[in-house]
Amino acid sequence: MTHVLASAGSTAAATSQSIIFWLLAVVSVGSALGMVIARRAVHCALFLAAIMLSLAVYYAMQSAPFLAFVQVIVYTGAVLMLFLFVMMLIGVSSRESLVETIRGQRLAAAIAGIALVVLLIVAIGHAALGPATQSVTNGSTGNITGLATLIFTTYVFPFEVTSALLITAALGAMVLAHRERLSPKPTQRDLAKQRVASGRPTPLPSPGVFALHNAVDMPALLPDGSPSELSVSSMLTRRELGDDGTPMLPPVPEESGGPGPDYDNPAGRLAGDGEPVEASTQGGADA
Amino acid sequence: MSPSAYVTLSVILFAIGGVGVLVRRNAIIVFMCIELMLNAANLAFVAFSRMHGNLDGQVIAFFVMVVAAAEVVVGLAILMTIFRTRRSTSVDDASLLKN
Repeated sequence: MTHVLASAGSTAAATSQSIIFWLLAVVSVGSALGMVIARRAVHCALFLAAIMLSLAVYYAMQSAPFLAFVQVIVYTGAVLMLFLFVMMLIGVSSRESLVETIRGQRLAAAIAGIALVVLLIVAIGHAALGPATQSVTNGSTGNITGLATLIFTTYVFPFEVTSALLITAALGAMVLAHRERLSPKPTQRDLAKQRVASGRPTPLPSPGVFALHNAVDMPALLPDGSPSELSVSSMLTRRELGDDGTPMLPPVPEESGGPGPDYDNPAGRLAGDGEPVEASTQGGADA
Repeated sequence: MSPSAYVTLSVILFAIGGVGVLVRRNAIIVFMCIELMLNAANLAFVAFSRMHGNLDGQVIAFFVMVVAAAEVVVGLAILMTIFRTRRSTSVDDASLLKN
């Protein structure tokens, strides 16, 4: 009875494993194709995250829980974040031109890829791959203990070499990212002189100080009612550039009698508000 | 699942990554495709480890992850330097020795 139950349980486990395998195979291969095809670099990074997470599930299914966690933490956590950081520094919206620089290169690359797949699959088909063993423990108590035993006994020299490699990589990244200062750092005195010489010693006007809007992308209104472009951050205006390259200032609400709200004449606003009331009373009089 | 299914999947992912390296122009995406190829190799290592029933393949996969992390750090730093001087990450633009 217990034997039957155990066999049924192992069959169910095998079935669920194969279901997960095919599901994630579709996801990972589709994401890999999407990564090759997608135009924007951020979409490629998202596809790569999907591939890495599905590979982590594969590792967990193949009795490699340590590698599954390392895959999620190191790859999806660290490496992909590094990619995203560099992407943000370089310009997240940069699109790649789809013009082929070498004629027929894509077709040749696709043919080469398919040929590589066929070659390797034929090679795998000829190789005698045995069935999967049930447990991968290396004679130790568990996966992590076995890995630690191997790393610190058999593979201790490669392990030390990787530490040297990591230190070298960190130093190399620091050297490459370092930039020498070519001009002396401006002191506070220099900055003050520069500000006076620029013709505007005062701070810039703050945006949206009027009663209707206080959003940072709303320009402040000058005394004559015209919007002040200086009050909006140049980053915000650059984000909303029009087709002709000029910043699109948000529309100033149209009110009766002027380009902006007429704060000097509150009676005008009251008269404007009173108009519908007059209309309704007229309608009432007609009825 | 038999190890051959996993190895076949890793072959497919590896080939797609290789095609991406050949086709794409943006150096960041080329790097991502190299990462995909390394990941595919890791999947094959883990499958072989399961097939043989010992942990050597998983240790090798762990080392591959470490080397990939170091490679990404240096590669992205080089990419930043190239972008700082040339304002572009296209692999076609970095051809100073060519002309």
